[in-house]
Amino acid sequence: MELFYTMLVPFVIAAVSLYAISRRVDVYTALVHGAGEGLNTLMRIVPSLIALLTAVYMLRASGALELAAHLLAPVLEHLGIPPETVALMLVRPVSGSAALGVGSELISAYGPDSYIGRVAAVMLGSTETTFYTIAVYFGAVGITKTRYAVPAALCADLAGFMAAAWAVRLCFGG
Amino acid sequence: MTMSVIWTGMVVVSILCGLATGRGAQVAAAAVEGTGAAVELCLSIAGMMCLWTGIMEIMRCAGLAEKLSRLLRPVLKRLYPDVADDRGVMDSISANVSANLLGLGNAATPLGLEAARRMSRRSGTVASDSLCMLVVCNTASIQLIPTTVATVRAAAGSNTPFDILPAVWLASAVSVGVGITAAKICARIWRD
Repeated sequence: MELFYTMLVPFVIAAVSLYAISRRVDVYTALVHGAGEGLNTLMRIVPSLIALLTAVYMLRASGALELAAHLLAPVLEHLGIPPETVALMLVRPVSGSAALGVGSELISAYGPDSYIGRVAAVMLGSTETTFYTIAVYFGAVGITKTRYAVPAALCADLAGFMAAAWAVRLCFGG
Repeated sequence: MTMSVIWTGMVVVSILCGLATGRGAQVAAAAVEGTGAAVELCLSIAGMMCLWTGIMEIMRCAGLAEKLSRLLRPVLKRLYPDVADDRGVMDSISANVSANLLGLGNAATPLGLEAARRMSRRSGTVASDSLCMLVVCNTASIQLIPTTVATVRAAAGSNTPFDILPAVWLASAVSVGVGITAAKICARIWRD
C-alpha cells in the first residue's frame, strides 16, 4: 500500500500525459502553461499567508490558542474533533489561504504523519471556503434572499470537520 | 471585511493574552518568526504546486473534464429536478461538478456562475431550491486528488503525502452528503 502512495504522483503524471498525447494534445506546452498559472496562484496567496502566519504565530506564542482549545475541548471532544484544530475550523469557511496557513502550521508543528497533522490535512482537503463561495455566487447573480443556503452549507462544513477526525481514526487508528 | 476583523482580533488577543500570561517577549519574537515561516512555506510548496496546476491544464486540454461531465449528467438530474429539462443549465452544472472533481477551481467557478445566472433568470432575487443546491454543493469540497494539502504534507517531511486520500474521500462524501440532505430537507420545510 505504501508503494502505491509513493508511486501515485508519477503514475498520475504518466497516465494523464499518455492519455493527452493520444488525443493529440501538445502536452509539454500545456504543462508549462499550467505551471505558470500555478505560479500566479502562489504569488496571490503569499501576501495573505504572511499576514496570517504572523497572527497565528503570535496567537500560539501568547498561549491564546491553548486557552481557546482548553475552553472548547469539552464540546469538541464530544463531537470527536481534536481541540488543537479549533483555529483551523474558525478560519476555514472564511479564507482559503488563511486556512492553508493555519493548517500547514498544525501539520509542521505536530508532524505530517501525526493524528493532529492528518486531521488538519483531511479537514483542509475535504472542506471549502464556504462564505467566500456563497458571496461570489449570490453576489454575481444579484440574489438578496439566500433562504437556507447558509445554514445548509454550514451543516456540511461541521459534518466535514467531524468526518475528518473520524475518517483519520478509521484509516490510521489512534 | 470579515478577514480584517478576524486578523485584527487575532493580533489584539495575542498581545492581551501574552501580557496576561507574561509571554510578551515571545509574542513579539513570534511576529517576526511568522513572516519567515510564511515565505519558507511558499517556497517549499512552489515546485509541486506548479507541477500540479500543469498536470491539471493537460487534463483540461485533453477533454477529461467534458468526459466526466457526460458521465455525471444522469445523477445530477435527480439533484436538480426543477431545472432538469433545461439543457443549458444541466450542461453548466455537470461541467462545474467535473471541474471541481478534477481540482480545476479556476474553471469550475465561471461554469457554476453560468448555471447560477441561468437559474436566477427564472426566480429573480430570491434563491430558488436549485440555486441553493448549487451553492451548497460548491461550498463542499469534492476534489479527487487534494494536491495542495499533499504538497504541504510533503514539504513537512511526509514520505507518503497521499496516504490521506481515502480519509479525504470519506470526509468529503460525508460533508457533501450532509449538505445535499440538509438542502433537500430545507427545500421542503423552509418557510420564507
